[in-house]
Amino acid sequence: MIGADVVDLSRLQFAITAMYHFLFVPLTLGLSFILVIMESVYVMTGKTIYKDMTKFWGKLFGINFALGVTTGITMEFQFGTNWAYYSHYVGDIFGAPLAIEGLMAFFLESTFIGLFFFGWERLSRRQHLMVTFLTAFASNMSALWILVANGWMQNPVGSEFSFETMRMEMTSFAEVLLNPVAQVKFVHTVSAGYVTGALFVLGISAYYMLKGRDLEFARRSFAVAAAFGLASSLSVVILGDESGYELGDVQKVKLAAIESEWETQEAPAGFTLFGIPDQENETTDYSVKIPWALGLIATRSVDEEVTGLKDLKVQHESRIRNGMEAYGLLQKLRSGQTDEATKARFNAIKDDLGYGLLLKKYTPEVVDATEKQILMAVDDTIPQVAPLFWSFRLMVALGFWFILLFGLSFLYCAKRDAGRKQWLLKAALYSIPLPWISCELGWFVAEYGRQPWSIGEVLPTHLSTSTLGTGDLWFSLAGFIGFYTLLLVIEMYLMFKYARLGPSALHTGRYHFEVGAAAAPMGGGAGLIPQPMQTHVE
Amino acid sequence: MILDYETLKLVWWLLVGVLLIGFVITDGFDMGAGALLPFLGRSDEERRVIINTLGPHWDGNQVWFITAGGAIFAAWPAVYAAAFSGFYVAMLLVLFALFFRPVGFDYRSKVEDPRWRSAWDWGLFVGGAVPALLFGVAFGNLILGVPFEYDTFLRPTYTGSFFGLLRPFALLAGVVSLSMLIMHGATWLQLRAGQPIEARARKTVMVAGSAVIVSFGVAGIWLALGIPGYEIVSMPATDALPNPLAKEVVQAEGAWMANYGRYPWMILAPMLGFVGALGAILMAGAKRPGLAFTSSAASMSGIIFTAGFSMFPFIMPSITVPDVSLTMWDAPSSHLTLTVMFWAAVIFVPIILAYTVWCYRALWGRTTVEFIREHNYDAY
Repeated sequence: MIGADVVDLSRLQFAITAMYHFLFVPLTLGLSFILVIMESVYVMTGKTIYKDMTKFWGKLFGINFALGVTTGITMEFQFGTNWAYYSHYVGDIFGAPLAIEGLMAFFLESTFIGLFFFGWERLSRRQHLMVTFLTAFASNMSALWILVANGWMQNPVGSEFSFETMRMEMTSFAEVLLNPVAQVKFVHTVSAGYVTGALFVLGISAYYMLKGRDLEFARRSFAVAAAFGLASSLSVVILGDESGYELGDVQKVKLAAIESEWETQEAPAGFTLFGIPDQENETTDYSVKIPWALGLIATRSVDEEVTGLKDLKVQHESRIRNGMEAYGLLQKLRSGQTDEATKARFNAIKDDLGYGLLLKKYTPEVVDATEKQILMAVDDTIPQVAPLFWSFRLMVALGFWFILLFGLSFLYCAKRDAGRKQWLLKAALYSIPLPWISCELGWFVAEYGRQPWSIGEVLPTHLSTSTLGTGDLWFSLAGFIGFYTLLLVIEMYLMFKYARLGPSALHTGRYHFEVGAAAAPMGGGAGLIPQPMQTHVE
Repeated sequence: MILDYETLKLVWWLLVGVLLIGFVITDGFDMGAGALLPFLGRSDEERRVIINTLGPHWDGNQVWFITAGGAIFAAWPAVYAAAFSGFYVAMLLVLFALFFRPVGFDYRSKVEDPRWRSAWDWGLFVGGAVPALLFGVAFGNLILGVPFEYDTFLRPTYTGSFFGLLRPFALLAGVVSLSMLIMHGATWLQLRAGQPIEARARKTVMVAGSAVIVSFGVAGIWLALGIPGYEIVSMPATDALPNPLAKEVVQAEGAWMANYGRYPWMILAPMLGFVGALGAILMAGAKRPGLAFTSSAASMSGIIFTAGFSMFPFIMPSITVPDVSLTMWDAPSSHLTLTVMFWAAVIFVPIILAYTVWCYRALWGRTTVEFIREHNYDAY
C-alpha cells in the first residue's frame, strides 16, 4: 500500500510543476498570434515599425518560451516517474494524445521557432510570416492535444476496463478526440492565453506611453493588443459559460461544488452570487442568489434540475456498494476464475469499479469494508467546496474586468485618445499579472474539482502514484522548488530588463535610448547595458 | 484495422527504435556539442559560434526525445510506467540537467557579464553531458536486468536504489553513449563552425570515434563472455492480450548472443556501429565533415540496433523476478491504440522530416566569428 504522505507529496509536486508550467504557456499561446498580426501588417504595408514590433515582442516571447519548454519536459516525465500506476492503468488512452501532440504540433512549433529568430535574413517576407504563423498555429494545436488528454481525465469517454490487461483500453479514438469536455476546455483555455498575451502587450505599451517614449511604437502595439484582447476576453467568458453547460451535463459533482449546491433546487436553479460554504454542516450561509441563472447556464433550460451534493452522495453510496462487488469479481477473474457468469456479472457493473477502488484507502481488500468505511468513502467523493466556490468566483470576476479594460482601451484607441487617459494606462499596466491569476484559478477549479479522482469515476488519485519512498519525493520536490525558484528569478530579471529597455533592445538606432547616441558605433549604445563590452577585448 | 496485432507489436518495436535513432542523430549532435562547448570554445566569441550553430535547431531536435518518450507512453505504457518510476532519481537528474538547455541557449547572450555567460556555458555542458551519459547507463541497466516486480493488479515496484544503477557494465554503456554523442557533436561542429573550432572539432572526432570503437568493442566482449542474458521458456501467443505475468523466463549465460546465431543478418548492426565510427574518423581526417556526420549517424544507429537485437524481444528484463520481464509482446497498448498511433506516425513522420530538412537548408552555412560580431545583439 502506498503511504498517504507519498500521495500528498506527489500531488503537491504535480500541482507545483503544472501550475508553474502554466505561467509560461498562456503567454506563448497569446503572444504568438499577436506576433502573427503584427508581422502580417508589416508584410502588407511594408512599414518597418511593424517589423520592429514583431522582433521586439518576439524577444520577450523568446524569454518566456524558453521556460515553457523547460517546464514542459517535466510534465511529460512526471506521469511516468510519479504516477506510474496511472500511466499503466490509462496509458492506452492517455498516452496517445500526448504522442500525437509531439508528432503533430510540438515538432512543428519547435522547428519553426528557430527559423522565427534566425530566419529574418534568410527567408523572404512572406516565408517568414508563414513561419511565424506556423509557430503560433502549432502552439495552439499543442494545447488541443493536451486538452484532449486532460478532457479525458475529466470525462473518460471512448474506453472501457479490461480485466485481462488490468487497465482501461481505448474503444473509440473519435470519441476521445471529440470529447465535448475536451473541446470546450480547448477553446476556453486558448482564449485565456490570448487574453494573457494581449494584456501583456497592452500593459507594457501603456508603460511606454506613461513614460512618454517610443510613442509611435507603443500606440500601435497598444491598439493591436486592445482589439485582440477585446475579442479574446469576450470569447473567454462566453466559452467559459459553455464549459459550465458541459459540467452540468457530465461533471455534476464539480458543478455542484463550485456552486456550493448542497440541495437539489427546483428548476430553474438560482446562481449563488455570494455565500459562505460550510462543508461540515453541508450548508451555504448568507447566500445571495440570482434566480434562474444557474439553471440556464448548466442545463440551457428552465425545467431541468441541477442535482445538489447531498443527492449526489446518495447516488455515490450505491455505486460504491456496486464497486465493492465489482472488485470482488475482479479478484476472482484475476485469479483465473474466468467462467462466463462471473465475466457477465463483472461487465454489468464494471463501470462502478472505480467507486469500489475508493475504499482501498481504508481497506486493502475493499470487499470487507465496514459501513463506517463506506460512509467515509462517500464523503471523499465530494471535494472541498469553499476553495472551489471562491476560486471560481474570483476567476469570473477577473474575466469581466478584462472585458471592461479591453473595451475601454479599444474605445479610446478608436477615438485616438488612449495616450491621454493616464488612469486607463495605469490600469492596463497594473493589470498585467491578473490574467495569470485567473488562468491558475481556472486550472485549480478544473483539477481540484475533479478530486478524489485522477480519472473521473475510474481511478482514484490515491491509487495513481508510483511505488516510491518519501525520501524520493523530498529529493525531487527540493530539486523542483530550487530550480524553479532560481529560473523564475532569472526569467523575471530578463523580462523586466528587456521590457524596460523597450524597442531600443533591437539596436536599430531608431528608438528612445539610442537617439542622440545614434552616431556611436555598435555596442556603444548610450549605456543600455550597465557593463562595458568586455567580451571583445580578448 | 489493416495490420494484425502481432505485426503492429513488431512495427512499434521498430518505430521506437527509429524514434530513438532520430533522437540521437538530431538532439545527439547538440548534446554532444554542448558537452564540448567549454573545451572547444576558448573565448566568448568562439563559444557563441558553437552555440549559434545549434541555436535554431536544438529545440526541434529535442522534440525527437519528447516524442520518443510520448511514443513509449502510448505504445508501451507498462514500460513507461515501470522504467520511469524505477529509474526515479536517474530520470530526475536527466530532467534537471535538461533544464539548463532552453534557458542556456536563449538567456546566455542576453546579458554581457562574463560570469553570467560562463555559468550558462557550464549549464549547457551539464545539459549535454549528463543526459548523454545517463541514457547509456539506463540502457546498460536494461541489458543487465532491473530489480522490479508486479503485484496481481500490475502495479510495478522497483526494489533497487539509484546507486544500484551504477554497476560497472552500465557505466561502460554510459561511456559508449557519451563518446558516441561527443563524436557526433564534433562532426557537426566540423561541418558548421568556422575556424579555429573546425580544426579542434576535427581532432575531437578522431579521439571520440576511437573511444566509441574501444568502449563498444569491450562492451560486446563483456556481453558475450560475462553477462547473463534472458531467455523465454514459455509464453502466450504473440498476438495475445498483453499480460506480463503469463510467461516463464530464465537467466542464461550468453543468451544475449543467441539472436545473432538465429538471425545471422543481425550481425550487421554491430558491424555498422564499428564501421560507422571508423568512417567518421577517416572522413574527419580527410576534411569531409558531411560524410563524417553521416558515418557517425550510421554508427549510432548501429549501436542502438545492437542493443535492441541483442535483447529482442525483451525491453526491460527483471533481475529479481525474471518471469515478469517486459517484452515487446506483452508490454504494448491495445490493438486499436497501436493502430491509431501507427497511422499518426505514418502520416506525420514524413511531414516532419520534410519541414525539418527545409529548415536546415534555409539556415545552412558556416557560423563564424565575423557572423557573431555582425549579430552581436540578435544572435544567441
